[in-house]
Amino acid sequence: MGLLFHIGRYFSFMASALRRPQKGRVFFQATLVELEAIGVQSVGIVALLSLFMGAVIAIQTAHQVSGWIPAYTIGFTVRQTMILEFAPTIIPVILSGKVGSNIASQIGTMQVTEQIDALEVMGVRSVAHLVLPKLLAALLIFPFLVVIAMVLGIGAGAWVCNAADLSSFADYKYGIQIDFRSFDVVYALIKTCVFALIITSVSAYQGYHTAGGAREVGRSSTKAVVYSVVIVMVANLVITQLLLT
Amino acid sequence: MIRVEGVCKSFGDKQVLNDIGAVFEAGMVNFIIGRSGSGKSVLTKCIVGLLEADSGSVTYDGEEFTAMSTKEREVVRRQIGMLFQGGALFDSMTVLENVEFPLRMFGEMDAEERRERAMACLKRVELEGAEHRFPAEVSGGMQKRVALARAIVGRPKYLFCDEPNSGLDPQTAIVIDNLIRDLTQEYGTTTVVISHDMNSVIEIGDNIHFIHEGRVAWNGDRKGILDSQVKELDTFVYASDLMRDIRTKLQGR
Repeated sequence: MGLLFHIGRYFSFMASALRRPQKGRVFFQATLVELEAIGVQSVGIVALLSLFMGAVIAIQTAHQVSGWIPAYTIGFTVRQTMILEFAPTIIPVILSGKVGSNIASQIGTMQVTEQIDALEVMGVRSVAHLVLPKLLAALLIFPFLVVIAMVLGIGAGAWVCNAADLSSFADYKYGIQIDFRSFDVVYALIKTCVFALIITSVSAYQGYHTAGGAREVGRSSTKAVVYSVVIVMVANLVITQLLLT
Repeated sequence: MIRVEGVCKSFGDKQVLNDIGAVFEAGMVNFIIGRSGSGKSVLTKCIVGLLEADSGSVTYDGEEFTAMSTKEREVVRRQIGMLFQGGALFDSMTVLENVEFPLRMFGEMDAEERRERAMACLKRVELEGAEHRFPAEVSGGMQKRVALARAIVGRPKYLFCDEPNSGLDPQTAIVIDNLIRDLTQEYGTTTVVISHDMNSVIEIGDNIHFIHEGRVAWNGDRKGILDSQVKELDTFVYASDLMRDIRTKLQGR
């Protein structure tokens, strides 16, 4: 019953969130602020993780295949791992920790300090006012972050192959070009958009339904991350099954 | 004018409001007083629609608010200014942006006019010079005053103030009381103040409702409150030594 209650309340919450903004200019400015908070402020962590992951995948692959599988496999494996899974799934999971907990704690604090009541009393549709800019910003910026992760990861793989003499640049380049299907990138971006929607909406839902004080805000923040990650994993399985088989 | 009829509200087994009836007149400072936990804040939240009453009705100038659609309620709410007990300022905005916010959302003014109006309101609550600070950078009392400035910036038809003087020094409390009275008289606002502060009640209360155990136990003006025959109100009003001394002096005249 509890699960059904939350599913029903979540969809009702989303219906409220997707209502037309009451003031276009305010909505536009709020979306710009969220683009900065969700996107620009996440570039550093995304870049750092992608560089290290690309390099580590290259070293691990070289370690596994050295001597008995062609060297271009390193480039191929790094490309496939970064495009299919690391960038579109692991990066959003990491962002759920950063962005999701931030959204839940921000909205949760507004709830327990009556800021949301203040919006409602003014006649502002609080759910749409607070959540829609975040949803739109995440949908716009997550794909960019994921593409950055793909490029940097593959680039880091190339650098480490050269620096550690794991394979020649020509082999690596051949590996990242061989059997390339552009649909893999489309699949990755579709996943990314779905995950952006899940992370933002689940976190906002958790924050909005916070009741109590600081302890409950902390709980909402934790729940936002845990539930977002679980739902992202389930969605990952479903989308992969639908698009790649 | 706001009319409340037969409002009941329970939370689980606990009945907080029990058949509340009250009329809050326009152009008057209407008070809701009572002990902590008597249901004052719940009543106010039912009146502005933050809580749904289990039964009963609330009408704003003859329009039944409790029967309205969400859209119709939004229209009424744009005429409401509310000062929350904790201020409820938007912590991501500066003081000036907080005060301007209702005008940005629903006003037709340009940026210059909005700023002028917001600055005028900040001046009325004696907060000139604090406009570029964030709520976290000003004291609790200043936050209260910013919240009052935000509540009045749209020249509301209905003004709700939940504990406007809590956390304020006595001098500032008098400034706020006078401001609430002046605004009510200037704009003919229907003002509802929720308070424990007997100084404020006696100073500016035109129409006072005493809530006890979820019911309106007494209603009258500030003159009547000092010699009411309702035991619970008498205990509430004369809870302090100071008030008992005043009563003794009044009776000695």
